[in-house]
Amino acid sequence: MTSGKGILPAALLIAAFLIIWEAAARGVNMMFILPPPTGILSKLWQLKEPLFFEHLPATLSIIVIGLAISVILGVGIAVWMSISPSVEKAIYPIIISSQMIPIIALAPIFVLWFGYSIWSKVVVTVLITFFPITVNTFDGLKSGSKELKELLLTMGAGKKEIFFKLLIPSALPHFYSGLKVAVTLSVIGAAIGEWLGAQAGLGYFSRRMMTQFDGAAVFAPIVLLSAIGIVLFILVKCIENRSLKWRKIE
Amino acid sequence: MSKCGLEMNKRVLEFQEVTFSYKEKKQGHSVPVLDSLNIHIYDREFITIVGASGSGKSTLFRLITGLEEPAKGQIFINGQVHESRLGQTGYMPQHDLLMPWRTISENAALPLEVKGGHKEEARKKILPLLKEFGLEGMENRFPHELSGGMRQRVSFLRTVLSGSNVLLLDEPFSALDAITRLSMQEWLMTQWEKRKTTIVFITHDVNEALFLSDRIFIFSEKPVCSLQEVKVPLPRPRKLTDLNRPAILELKEDLLEKLRGKVKT
Repeated sequence: MTSGKGILPAALLIAAFLIIWEAAARGVNMMFILPPPTGILSKLWQLKEPLFFEHLPATLSIIVIGLAISVILGVGIAVWMSISPSVEKAIYPIIISSQMIPIIALAPIFVLWFGYSIWSKVVVTVLITFFPITVNTFDGLKSGSKELKELLLTMGAGKKEIFFKLLIPSALPHFYSGLKVAVTLSVIGAAIGEWLGAQAGLGYFSRRMMTQFDGAAVFAPIVLLSAIGIVLFILVKCIENRSLKWRKIE
Repeated sequence: MSKCGLEMNKRVLEFQEVTFSYKEKKQGHSVPVLDSLNIHIYDREFITIVGASGSGKSTLFRLITGLEEPAKGQIFINGQVHESRLGQTGYMPQHDLLMPWRTISENAALPLEVKGGHKEEARKKILPLLKEFGLEGMENRFPHELSGGMRQRVSFLRTVLSGSNVLLLDEPFSALDAITRLSMQEWLMTQWEKRKTTIVFITHDVNEALFLSDRIFIFSEKPVCSLQEVKVPLPRPRKLTDLNRPAILELKEDLLEKLRGKVKT
């Protein structure tokens, strides 16, 4: 197995970084500003009940709902644009320019609209994550080879066959690239959404602990947020490898 | 040609006064490719088409397959003018064009799926054919795991499975090395004899044309308004050494001369 050896350099670097952090934090000795990694871990353990049973489920449901909406919306728009050139002309520039709007700065307005409910956070997550999914899937649908399309035509294939037998398989690798980016962004989206208005969630909890000058308790939920991002990324990677088996055998 | 009603003389492919030109998108004017061209191809013939690049050989295939429509004239396939010729012939492209995400048997099954067959039925039909095509045990491999010659055999199998009696092969062996190419030519010939199909084959290679075909069409001037035609006086089955017969060597000189003459103009 090469994967075990492959992560060794990265693991060593992280270990070195944590040791230096630990040493520096103990040297500075100001727990509320720079808590050592061991302090964060013990805080995580200490706060395990509220963190794991209250705030983690709240954030996770925002991420999962947000991503689900993004995938449906993003793939739907991508397919629609690929079917109709006039839809592409109308929507594509809007989608690109929508990314120029600082969505994070817009977040307060969603709190006004949706209140402190889960939906204000879901909207922020969706707005951040649907872009990479839409654009990648759309590019993927466009990447289908023209020669293969003509070959299918000579076999008597219609639009439906070309879509399912050529365009979708061509788009799949692009879709997964978009999804991987979206998954990491979704954690940011959920956390920011929670800062602005929430009664629960890891982002909310982290910010609340800041006001109490409890450095370790600010970091503890961030550890969990990172873990969510990493786990989701690995999950997508596994699904990708499974459905794109043909790519793995080099 | 008198109507003699013999099976062998059945016309499977016919061009009647076909005119075609490509439209230049930018300037708006059109480039004539074919001008009132007549072609007759009979059942179970092996025809090769030789000609310089850009002489309109591939355009001919695009017209036969139905990817392009003639400006004037009619194209008959098996004696009929079809509203859409798409799906009427078996087309084998220059590069194998196998789908990298499909296994070998799934790639071969593509025309059957397009025609609405069940995946499992298609699989059953394909397994014995894979054996016959020297692809036994490869059914679950992916195209990039196969050699160039093997990929071309898969591509040819896919063409055969179109079910059509007219197969159009567009320089199928041009990317292969010389030795693989020779064995593929022999292999194709046995397949053609066995399957009782009509093959139209584009090539640059005069030797390949002489070895394989009953008649050779030379694509020369542009626009093409008539084809120069050469009959190959070799009995079948043929051997590669047959190409060294004096009559064939003379014919080869003649062919090369014709092609060379056209390149200059």
